[in-house]
Amino acid sequence: MSRILSYAAAVREAIDQSMARDPRVYVMGLGVTDPKGTFGTTLGLVERYGPRRVLDMPNAENAMTGIAIGSALVGMRPIMTHQRADFVLLALDQLINNAAKWHFMFGGRMRAPLVVRLVIGRGWGQGPQHSQSLQALFAHVPGLKVVMPTTPHDAKGMLVAAIEDDNTVIVLEDRWLHGVEGHVPEDLYRVPLGTAATLRPGRDATIVATGYLTLEAQAAAAELATEGIEAGVIDVRTLKPFDAEHVLAAVRETGRLVVADAGWRSLGFAAEVVARVAEDAHAHLKAAPRRVTCPDAPTPTTPALANAYYPRADEIAAAVRTQLGRRTARGRPATARPGVPLDLPDPHFRGPF
Amino acid sequence: MDAAVSRRLLFEMLRIRLVEETIADRYPEGEMRCPVHLSIGQEAVAVGVAASLAADDCLMSAHRAHAHYLAKGGDLTALLAELYGRATGCSSGRGGSMHLVDLDVNMLGSTPIVGSALPVAVGTAFGAWQQGRGGVTVVFVGEGATEQGVFAECLNFAALKRLALVFVCENNLYSVYSPLDVRQAPARDRAALATAHGIPTASGDGNDVEAVVAATLAATARARRGDGPTYLEFATYRWREHCGPNYDNDLGYRTEDEFETWRARCPVATYRDRLLASRVISTADVAHMEATITAEIEDAFAEARGAPFPPAGELLANVYAEALDS
Repeated sequence: MSRILSYAAAVREAIDQSMARDPRVYVMGLGVTDPKGTFGTTLGLVERYGPRRVLDMPNAENAMTGIAIGSALVGMRPIMTHQRADFVLLALDQLINNAAKWHFMFGGRMRAPLVVRLVIGRGWGQGPQHSQSLQALFAHVPGLKVVMPTTPHDAKGMLVAAIEDDNTVIVLEDRWLHGVEGHVPEDLYRVPLGTAATLRPGRDATIVATGYLTLEAQAAAAELATEGIEAGVIDVRTLKPFDAEHVLAAVRETGRLVVADAGWRSLGFAAEVVARVAEDAHAHLKAAPRRVTCPDAPTPTTPALANAYYPRADEIAAAVRTQLGRRTARGRPATARPGVPLDLPDPHFRGPF
Repeated sequence: MDAAVSRRLLFEMLRIRLVEETIADRYPEGEMRCPVHLSIGQEAVAVGVAASLAADDCLMSAHRAHAHYLAKGGDLTALLAELYGRATGCSSGRGGSMHLVDLDVNMLGSTPIVGSALPVAVGTAFGAWQQGRGGVTVVFVGEGATEQGVFAECLNFAALKRLALVFVCENNLYSVYSPLDVRQAPARDRAALATAHGIPTASGDGNDVEAVVAATLAATARARRGDGPTYLEFATYRWREHCGPNYDNDLGYRTEDEFETWRARCPVATYRDRLLASRVISTADVAHMEATITAEIEDAFAEARGAPFPPAGELLANVYAEALDS
């Protein structure tokens, strides 16, 4: 049975059903038991599973990440939750030196099956330290898996798969996706990590997108379709390991690649996708690949600048038109959220975070 | 102390000393191609702590871990093979001297980033807490690790959950070449940091193996009673350079006098002499111990060096864990 659920409710259901299925799974993070329940994603869990399996924690991200790793080494399956991805930077020693390498550096004798949920803030002035899209940082490190589910269906299925994975999996959730609704099966199911998904076919160009920008990519493709341009949209879903074959197959058909990723431009995930296509599908390219990313700057707080900071559907569509030698007409820019102020995820959002 | 236990303590310290000296002797051959942080001078802490543990108690350590690994019962040949980069090494050659593991004896690993293994060790105790099972985790740190923020974070959480954990700090006065007085305020009381979190502490002579045993047994007994963690600190001294086989007093970062003072308090020789004086052992016993250990070391070195290297085709093995059939 499938119902309409929000992304946040789908995340909550993934955790709930995983905890019911496996007594080794536990949840730990600042505020996971508070009245807001991490944007609703952990609501009710402590009542159901008790304080030994659903724990608030000290403001000590580094030690707590190491503690989660240690518990994983002796058989537990922790889900660490950070309400803003920026806070996990305190724990890079544990994530990069330990979690990512423990299996390798001890010759495969131990495993660190840890899930780290990172919520990426956006809008309402989240600013330089509450809105960083750090996926490329983690995806650079061998031993970590990095996923960015976009749909409620994938939010549940990929989180279940991440919890069952024997590696450390970084799960990035765009805050603006939490309110998005979609079909979600009631039963426990998995969406395999390491697989991209084609959300829309298209013969003229291939738009490869991550996280929230996948919605903008779909809006761009819809706008382009009204102009007679058929642009396909691929949701990357897993950045590491990256499903390069899925992207390469599409680009070999279309000859045009636009990558939309809200990380910074230089040395980012979009650059990696372009590099893979340049190496392995160069002969099929009909136009230079293009990146649509945030600029190489911290996120500004004032909406006046933040609105110019984030790429939207109109930039993605313009990149495709450029590849096809078309001009972009002046007019109201296309976005995934027509009519919603640019610093809000949906018309009902009133802040503060 | 029971005579058999005393003999065992001496034997284990002597064994570590002779292993480390043999590593130092052979290191210049250039076949052990990884950094080595030798434990010579610090054997009593390792042996005294490990002798106080049960087989299912867990141990974790840092960069200077040979003695901890061996004292816990870690396989000698696998240690040496690891130094030689062989496939049969305790970490299959992927870790080297700074990443020692032997799951058969619950030596759960060592890591060289100062303080980095601390929270992981706390986590193994936390895992036991969640699973409602017994067993104590001991984590070795140097006094340098107490300068890390993660040390305070770990004290707090271990106390918060009353975890079955023993922090063992080996204070050997130096972090590489940096003495205590350039790193810690004169009035800084490391044990008081633990006390401030409600964690009981004990400190003692780290070159007196029986003092280490007594302090550790009290700490592990507390942990087994469910009374939470303990912080132990033992004063000791590394004899050789921070990393490598040589003596380095000529560099001038510490004085020859200081070194000689500590060498006169050799944990192995002073305990041997004490046992000889009290007739717990004879000189013939000591000679027999040395011969037994020397033979074991020769065999272990031969086997380790004769083992194969991992094949180049395995470069990417274990970057990610494959799903286990369950």
